[in-house]
Amino acid sequence: MSETQKSGSSVKAEGHTVKRFDGELSRLQLRVLEIGGLALSQLKDALHALKHKDLVLARKIAPRENELDLLEVETDADIVSLIARRCPVGGDLRLVMSVSKSVTDLERIGDEAIRIANIALQIYGSGSIDPSDHMLRDVNVMGSLAVDALEKVLHAFDKLDEASALEIIEAHRQLEEEFEAGLRRLLTYVMEDARNIGFAVSMVLIIKALERIGAHAQNLAEYVIYQVEGKDVRHQTSS
Amino acid sequence: MKIREKTSSEVAFNRDYGKTVGEITSLKPRIECRNVNVYYGEKLAIQNVSLDVGCNEVIALIGPSGCGKSTFIRCLNRMNDTIIGCRVTGDIIMDGKNIYDNGVDVVPLRAQVGMVFQKPNPFPKSIFENVAYGPRIHGLVASKAELEEVVETSLRRAGLWDEVKDYLHQPGTSLSGGQQQRLCIARTIAVNPEVILMDEPCSALDPIATAKIEQLIDELRVHYTIAIVTHSMQQAARVSQRTAYFHLGRLIEVGETAQIFTNPRHQLTEDYITGRFG
Repeated sequence: MSETQKSGSSVKAEGHTVKRFDGELSRLQLRVLEIGGLALSQLKDALHALKHKDLVLARKIAPRENELDLLEVETDADIVSLIARRCPVGGDLRLVMSVSKSVTDLERIGDEAIRIANIALQIYGSGSIDPSDHMLRDVNVMGSLAVDALEKVLHAFDKLDEASALEIIEAHRQLEEEFEAGLRRLLTYVMEDARNIGFAVSMVLIIKALERIGAHAQNLAEYVIYQVEGKDVRHQTSS
Repeated sequence: MKIREKTSSEVAFNRDYGKTVGEITSLKPRIECRNVNVYYGEKLAIQNVSLDVGCNEVIALIGPSGCGKSTFIRCLNRMNDTIIGCRVTGDIIMDGKNIYDNGVDVVPLRAQVGMVFQKPNPFPKSIFENVAYGPRIHGLVASKAELEEVVETSLRRAGLWDEVKDYLHQPGTSLSGGQQQRLCIARTIAVNPEVILMDEPCSALDPIATAKIEQLIDELRVHYTIAIVTHSMQQAARVSQRTAYFHLGRLIEVGETAQIFTNPRHQLTEDYITGRFG
């Protein structure tokens, strides 16, 4: 068994002498998955609303953000309380820090989903013609990549799977490349016809939001590695 | 991005009880212990422990009851000599000499390596005499004025002077528990030691008295090397620069305190500090 497996599995396999502590840590881990699930469904719904011109669904997204915000605040309060009462160290401390940072990133993913939904409402509510399929091409491709990254990172968090987390970090490069390529493509539409400017700006805002979601998923993957390995791999140049 | 792969030997370390994980040596060692074994009669209480205690560092020794941490620090000034049937093998080197060599006089050794115990144990004498006793019997002072200076300096360094300067001739036992412990630290300091051993010095004290001792340990580090045995993980994390984890008489892991408490490398250390021992 590797050192990694040692640290990761110890959280679940070996219980604390104080059993209640186990329950508190498990609840924190579950909270990340709960908030992550909400953020993921917000993102999927926003992308669905955009792709299928579903304005009813798009309008539902912003009000649902309250639930996510509330969970974030509750989780922060639980973390403060746990630190004050249990003074976690070692793998427990890394788990608490990892959860604390993860919920912030997940809440921001929720914010980006709202941004996408609001842009969808703007585009389809303006009364003008709908954006063409080729204009939506980058949004669809990047949307799939962002959803995939978020699904995978939540799975990696659940299983404390550092190998998957590393793959997610590597895969983020693809999303960045798609973002840069998308910007170039959208610019060509503007150059072809100035009437595309409005749509192009909206698409840029959406693909930027999707790129940000990918970056948040990358952060989450880094927290998984920190939790399992105790290594801080943030801000390291990809090799 | 790549995370360094573990070597096969590192993987083995994590389950290997026989080999200490972490850096046992210090860049500026004050005491060097190598392959130390301690026997109480037939029983092996400390098994093959090698560890440096570095100059002007606070090293915390942690571990469950009976793991040998107190036995180990008591070796550092030969306090175990007083226990019948206790036998120490291996090397404990100070100033290039094994302190267990024949001919080493334990009286100056114990002045050089002082000790503070779990329960404050002031002599049944005045506060002044408690501190003055050591320098007087060791012949460290030539005059009354010099003795008074040593007493004042020691009490100041122990953070007690301002509280007792007007009551120096009151009995030491009249002080509170925390003050008595600081008096014992002053008594230790008065004989000009280089190393101070502390065996659970705060276990009988309330949180405020504990905080004062911890602040004092931080100040004393400038002048002295300190090895402290504690059952409080938070205390070890607060006061020490290095931490050593003992288990069943073996030194399992040693490392920078921050590393031990955030990312221990041995499963037993992780289990102990996180409270997972059944």
